[in-house]
Amino acid sequence: MNTLFGERKEGATKIVLKSVDEYPEAPITLGTTLVNFTGDWRTFIPVIDDDKCVKCYICWKFCPEPAIFIREDGYVGVDYDYCKGCGICANECPTNAITMEKEEK
Amino acid sequence: MAEYKPIRKVVSGNYAAAYAVKHARVEVVAAYPITPQTSIIEKIAEFLANGEIEGLEYVPVESEHSAMAACIGASATGARAFTATSAQGLALMHEMLHWASGARLPIVMVDVNRAMAPPWSVWDDQTDSLSQRDTGWMQFYAENNQEVYDGVLMAFKIAETVNLPAMVVESAFILSHTYDVVEMIPQELVDEFLPPRKPLYTLTDFDNPIAVGALGGPNDYYEFRYKIQKAMEKAEKVIHEVGKEFGERFGRDYSQMIELYRTEDADFVFMGMGSLMGTVKQAVDILREEGYKVGAAKVRWFRPFPKKELYELAKSVEGIAVLDRNFSFGQEGILFNEAKGALYNTDAKPLIKNYIVGLGGRDFTVNDVRKIAENMKAIIDKGELDVEVDWYHLKR
Repeated sequence: MNTLFGERKEGATKIVLKSVDEYPEAPITLGTTLVNFTGDWRTFIPVIDDDKCVKCYICWKFCPEPAIFIREDGYVGVDYDYCKGCGICANECPTNAITMEKEEK
Repeated sequence: MAEYKPIRKVVSGNYAAAYAVKHARVEVVAAYPITPQTSIIEKIAEFLANGEIEGLEYVPVESEHSAMAACIGASATGARAFTATSAQGLALMHEMLHWASGARLPIVMVDVNRAMAPPWSVWDDQTDSLSQRDTGWMQFYAENNQEVYDGVLMAFKIAETVNLPAMVVESAFILSHTYDVVEMIPQELVDEFLPPRKPLYTLTDFDNPIAVGALGGPNDYYEFRYKIQKAMEKAEKVIHEVGKEFGERFGRDYSQMIELYRTEDADFVFMGMGSLMGTVKQAVDILREEGYKVGAAKVRWFRPFPKKELYELAKSVEGIAVLDRNFSFGQEGILFNEAKGALYNTDAKPLIKNYIVGLGGRDFTVNDVRKIAENMKAIIDKGELDVEVDWYHLKR
């Protein structure tokens, strides 16, 4: 996929351009967050325990990205392409159904 | 091509700017009033109310910062955008000026040169626009109302060719509110000269979405600065071409970034920018009759700075009197500083002296030019400067 900094390669988060001629004229990013994911910065990752979840959706309301979505079964899921690992969901969850765990990459 | 028959109108400098905006088929105008600029946007509003302009989005905003923000948004969608301001208003825009040039948006703005407060002043002084020197905006200084009109039309064409914003600068009251004959160009000929804008990118191309103003870390920021400088260098060439084309089509040649007036055999020249150069040209004619071999060098474009033309001029004269209607505190007149710096690594070393004149609208007359000529002649005969920076009008 094309980004400001060249062709994004499989698995790569950033392409380094070697020459000024490879840069576009203006500092724009081709594509939006629809194609450029923002979930590659985090250190911690929210993990949801469905057994403790009471479907109050406070996490869904508070997520600033918003990376929390409501699954077909009514429980909540996390879109890890956009989750930045801020932990607001875990902090706000009234039943402590969300825990922040160190992400292994 | 249709035959060119100019339409002569008696208008103020501000109305000349408004007519140019109308003829340029500007699509978005951000409007916020500030003396002495207000009558530009008032006139544009009048055109709109009378149905004389079509397809214009007129955006009243709550500050100059917002005015430039509105222009940036409009320009990023591919529209031709315009605004006008003065002094404190321009200073309030400062942060946004960087966003415009950094995003490579060819916005055109008229700045009506006005002194910075305090003390509160609404009169002519170039320090407001020159304070924006390093924002990446091109700057054109108009000598008269005709040049305001021509300048706006050319600025759009140049800006849209190199993708940098441009400022057309006119003097408070001396031009903004003073009426003069301006030869305007029939709409169909303006349309030929200035076709619709072809944007570098557009936010409204929904099949190819883009993000503007994204993060550029230490690994990438530097390259984009270099590209702005390359665009400025390209602008020098484009200014020459567009100025020449304007001359061929409409009879007023703007191909030179420094307009030379009777400099061929001149011993020394007066160099400056804007409306005060009209006074200087008149004085040159009188001084020539009195036996002084003098000329005038009017710097039309301050950014990009006309280094090569200045060098050619400097090689041919013994002295340059730089007339600065502006000042950089702790140093000297801004044009003087630029001119001296541009010549340092060259073999052109005329005596170059700085006269600070007309700050805050202080009257500058033909007689003042004569006194400066007498002083320049004396120092050239002696071969050395008396003082480098002369606060010419100071009550001593």
